[in-house]
Amino acid sequence: MRELTYLEAVREAMSLEMRKNDDVFLMGEDIGVYGGAFGVTRGMIEEFGPERIRNTPISEAGIAGAAVGSALTGMRPIMELQFSDFITIALDQIVNQAAKLRYMYGGKGKVPMVVRTPSGSGTGAAAQHSQSLEAWVAHIPGLKVVQPSTAYDVKGLLKAAMDDDNPVIFYEHKLLYKTSSEVPEEEYSIPLGKADIKREGTDVTIVASAIMVHKALEAAAELEKEGISVEIVDPRTLVPLDTETIIQSVTKTGRLVVVHEAVKRGGFGGEIASMIAESEAFDYLDAPIKRLGGISAPIPYNPELEKAAVPQVPDIINAVKETLNK
Amino acid sequence: MTILKHVLESVENQFETFQILNEDGKIVNKADMPELSDEELKELMRRMVYTRVLDQRSIALNRQGRLGFYAPTAGQEASQLGSHFALEKEDYLLPGYRDVPQLIWQGLPLHQAFLWSRGHFAGGQFPEDVRALFPQIIIGAQYVQAAGVALGIKKRGKQAVAVTWTGDGGTSQGDFYEGMNFAGAYKAPAIFIAQNNGFAISVPREKQSSAKTLAQKAIAAGIEGIQVDGMDVLAVYAATKHARNRAINGEGPTLIETLTYRYGPHTMSGDDPTRYRSDELNSEWEKKDPLIRFRKFLEGKKLWSEEEEAKVIEDAKNDIKEAIKKADQAPKQKVTDLIGFMYEELPVNLQAQMEEYQAKESK
Repeated sequence: MRELTYLEAVREAMSLEMRKNDDVFLMGEDIGVYGGAFGVTRGMIEEFGPERIRNTPISEAGIAGAAVGSALTGMRPIMELQFSDFITIALDQIVNQAAKLRYMYGGKGKVPMVVRTPSGSGTGAAAQHSQSLEAWVAHIPGLKVVQPSTAYDVKGLLKAAMDDDNPVIFYEHKLLYKTSSEVPEEEYSIPLGKADIKREGTDVTIVASAIMVHKALEAAAELEKEGISVEIVDPRTLVPLDTETIIQSVTKTGRLVVVHEAVKRGGFGGEIASMIAESEAFDYLDAPIKRLGGISAPIPYNPELEKAAVPQVPDIINAVKETLNK
Repeated sequence: MTILKHVLESVENQFETFQILNEDGKIVNKADMPELSDEELKELMRRMVYTRVLDQRSIALNRQGRLGFYAPTAGQEASQLGSHFALEKEDYLLPGYRDVPQLIWQGLPLHQAFLWSRGHFAGGQFPEDVRALFPQIIIGAQYVQAAGVALGIKKRGKQAVAVTWTGDGGTSQGDFYEGMNFAGAYKAPAIFIAQNNGFAISVPREKQSSAKTLAQKAIAAGIEGIQVDGMDVLAVYAATKHARNRAINGEGPTLIETLTYRYGPHTMSGDDPTRYRSDELNSEWEKKDPLIRFRKFLEGKKLWSEEEEAKVIEDAKNDIKEAIKKADQAPKQKVTDLIGFMYEELPVNLQAQMEEYQAKESK
């Protein structure tokens, strides 16, 4: 099968859908001839024209509000927030509006919109362009939250997000844009709320999201050399969360390490750990749950410090060993 | 720098208040007098009288605990209903929390407006042909949404407009500027109406902004701005009609500032306007009352009588009585309803929550 980068998979998912469905259109800053801050939309304005690849003013509240408004007229907007940090200036429309409209219409209205946005650190973009704020939106009833880790997942999950009649926040990790995997040419959908076991194992479960899936895979390869068998569960969507797959895995391994890039305090890892603590898997735990996350500090501009601020492969290896008392 | 002073003054002085009827109900601007039939003129009056009664009854019902959230409308009838009268059924409405009357005249059944006030979900289940968002509670948020609705209308090639209302307070929000700028950039068919009733809850208009008028805020977005006498129903109608024609013709959005006044409190949720408004100011505005003015005009044309007015009042009271009865008959809301309404299909993670409440409710 041919390989595609994560970035190309995002573009292909949108393009395939836009060729089929005239109601789907894209709004965002510099997404026209410039091709978007990361090049995701490059070439799309040439194919779909300026009405469907709408270059907007620098106006995040405007983009989000226009997405909500156009969705109310039956359109299916995809909005690109240039950096996920800018969700701060679009949140009223996402949290107070998009998430609540269907509910406030008594189930008789809908806001089918996708908020696509690059998140995460590792690009030297510093404190205001590197955050992972997915826990904020995961907290809001009415939204769905997706965090794909591979090109294959990105294409299928984005298709599901575009088909969904609810607002979906779709986090793309900047460092994953250039990673590749095998991606079918045709459209396919990966249901939101279905986790994926990225590696099977028996000793310890790691629940990892986005870029941390890859770091966890590296750690698992190292640990295997020492005879430690790690299972890696990638939730893929935080809301809805596939609790069943995580519970099953922990029940099997008896040990859980949760790792994400977002600041540990208040991060989504806390939700996963609590969910396990409340579940039948609790009785199977042989060691305390371990959580790894970013330090409680802004992401530094200095590249060495930037790496130090978020979990790295050795941190994951150590955490796994700790749960095994090794 | 004299040149800068000159620029500001020349901008501000462009905004003369557009008026057709003066306080005595006399036409002062014949050239802009809208072409309305006698029947339409009477309908406008009927709607204003009806809405005044609805306001009085809503306040009473709220005090009796039979209505929930309510923002009084008396004083703003010309501003609300004159602008709405210029619209068509296919237009999309994005009202503020005080703008329930426009929804009702767009076709939202009265009992549903009452249910909305009570926070009952059936109040939000708008009829298919009422193209509108329910009243916006977050100040100014409807301005950016209006830009999106207008884009959607344009994309679908419809001969319709997106119309949104906020108060003077809303014009201090970032959303107000972003919405106008966004819609302006695409010449999207939107009408932005800022009903300047003089107070953002308690803060007087002149303390909210250095701008002499709110209409001039359109200039920076490069769209048309009109300041209109918001107590003159014909002026508001004509201004909105003009804005609608421009929008339909692809000339882009318009900002309309209506100069108006609310006689009552900000909302029925504990506001005491005597803390920030004087009796003198109240009576000054009562002299400009939209109903008195328009009644004089119609009486001058022999189009309105006391009997007709009494009939409208009677009809309104009866309708309200019936609507409240109907609202009272709405089924009790259940937690499972609310959980079920959140998503198009119940996500797996809400299943447990749903089952828990289904079990409780079946007891």
